Amino acid sequence: MRRLVTDTLIIAERNLIRLPRAPELLIAFTIQPIMFVLLFRYVFGGAIRTPGYSYVDFLIPGIIVQNIAFGGFVTALGLNEDVHKGLIDRFRSLPMARAAVLAGRTASDIVTNALSMTILLITGVIIGFAFHTSALHAIAGVALLLFFGFAFSWFFAFVGLLTSTPESANSVAFIAVFPLTFISSAFVPVSSMPEPLKSFAMVNPFTKVVDAMRHLWLGAPAHNSVWASIVWTVVIIAIFSPLAVARYRRAAGG
Amino acid sequence: METDHADPAWAIEVRGVVKRFGMVRALDGVDLVAKEGEVLGLLGPNGAGKTTLVRVLTTLLKPDSGSARVLGLDVVRDEGKLRERIGLAGQYAAVDENLTGLENLTMVGRLYGADRRPAKVRAAELLEQFELVEAGRRPAKTYSGGMRRRLDLAAALVAKPPVLFLDEPTTGLDPRGRLGLWDVIESLVAGGTTALLTTQYLDEADRLANRIAVIDHGRLIAEGTSDQLKDQVGGERLEVQLEAGADPRAAARALVPMSDEPPSADGTIITVSVREHRGAIMEAVRRLAEAGVAVDDLALRRPTLDDVFLALTGHAAEEPREQEDEAA
Repeated sequence: MRRLVTDTLIIAERNLIRLPRAPELLIAFTIQPIMFVLLFRYVFGGAIRTPGYSYVDFLIPGIIVQNIAFGGFVTALGLNEDVHKGLIDRFRSLPMARAAVLAGRTASDIVTNALSMTILLITGVIIGFAFHTSALHAIAGVALLLFFGFAFSWFFAFVGLLTSTPESANSVAFIAVFPLTFISSAFVPVSSMPEPLKSFAMVNPFTKVVDAMRHLWLGAPAHNSVWASIVWTVVIIAIFSPLAVARYRRAAGG
Repeated sequence: METDHADPAWAIEVRGVVKRFGMVRALDGVDLVAKEGEVLGLLGPNGAGKTTLVRVLTTLLKPDSGSARVLGLDVVRDEGKLRERIGLAGQYAAVDENLTGLENLTMVGRLYGADRRPAKVRAAELLEQFELVEAGRRPAKTYSGGMRRRLDLAAALVAKPPVLFLDEPTTGLDPRGRLGLWDVIESLVAGGTTALLTTQYLDEADRLANRIAVIDHGRLIAEGTSDQLKDQVGGERLEVQLEAGADPRAAARALVPMSDEPPSADGTIITVSVREHRGAIMEAVRRLAEAGVAVDDLALRRPTLDDVFLALTGHAAEEPREQEDEAA
């Protein structure tokens, strides 16, 4: 167990060292989300009615959830690269904890997610976002987000090991996750959507997480959103971590 | 199980190993041993099963049947212990391109269980040994192919493993890079490390290995020292270049008594494997003159491993084959 923790940290450290050296990824983390925030706030924002909240308050939790969901994408690309460059073979020939390669990946995503969340929050505050709740609620929201992002990293780990090239990992992830984040309460009130999108959006885990964030950061009514988010997060981990591990064994040829 | 009586004298011991990928038998009952301190060359074309065997021996793949041991440790039952005692340098230079040479080697050292500081000291030592001190501070993506291979090799040596697996260490390198890496490998194994070296280059096996095992279609087809293998295909080769217009059939007929095998003719070049190399040139000149065949040039040469491969498998060693991706 001690070995697993040490090796996971070594792998996570390696993933984080290399991050600033792959500038295209860093741009994906910083410039792109800021661009989305500004586009939504100033291009669509004027046309979207969000009763009870200014659009910037409504938008920031939604766009941060979307961004966190895509944070695990680094894992998909990284694992895909490791398999094809033979690095997984090197790791597997070493006397290290086997689970550490995947655990180190998803663990380093927590750090990158925290980084991109900070950038988005700062951007949000600059254009008028404000927390309407206690510090404790705000921190609980941050924790929930990082937990949710960690769950999605396992989904992305699976995708990265399933696909043969970084390009196909990109398109699978994009096609699967992008619509999910849009057919949710992230950018517009669900009540404004036509059926059957509305029904779908109501059960979409993204809606639950976004609603939970609006509760924790803005004081919106919680209904069951916080609990539902936690349950969804656990379910996603329970489904995709064994799938990713099984896939990892196969990809590594074991 | 008979595999429980492993002979500790063997550093590498492979008994009847079979590995299938779908319908393809990548390894079809391979038996192979290597003594401690020996460099065993595993020679074969692409898709012959070399990489698959290395992957079995380094615990990356489990054999479907048969058994394999390294230093007496079973690749399946003792995989954890075994991994502490081996180093693997792969075909595709498995280093992290975004880490520097120093970071790569330090990471590998820590994953072998060393603390950060000693891992870093060892990494610096290896960078020096492999003449990568300068490059050690740059990300590996800036390295040349040869430098990457050296770094990959250094990564395999981090824990000073008693047994090394070098899977096609020079494939894809330019001639200068190959020669450089040969020097490095030679000085490594001079220190008494046991090594299994796979290659599809005959000259590489000839130069680096004490003993050569030839593998094709997942089976071992020959084994021995380079000299023994060359002897297997008969004695030395006499090559006769005829003058234009000379009759190759008459020339071949004239040389028949000198060999146990029929001479082969390729245009105006006649090749015959001679029984006795002493006096062979004189005898050939006399016989050809008696037959009235005009000769342009005449030479005696030792058979190369190319000849060995051709004789054993019926095809040349480096001819491209269909099962490219045996590692899949």
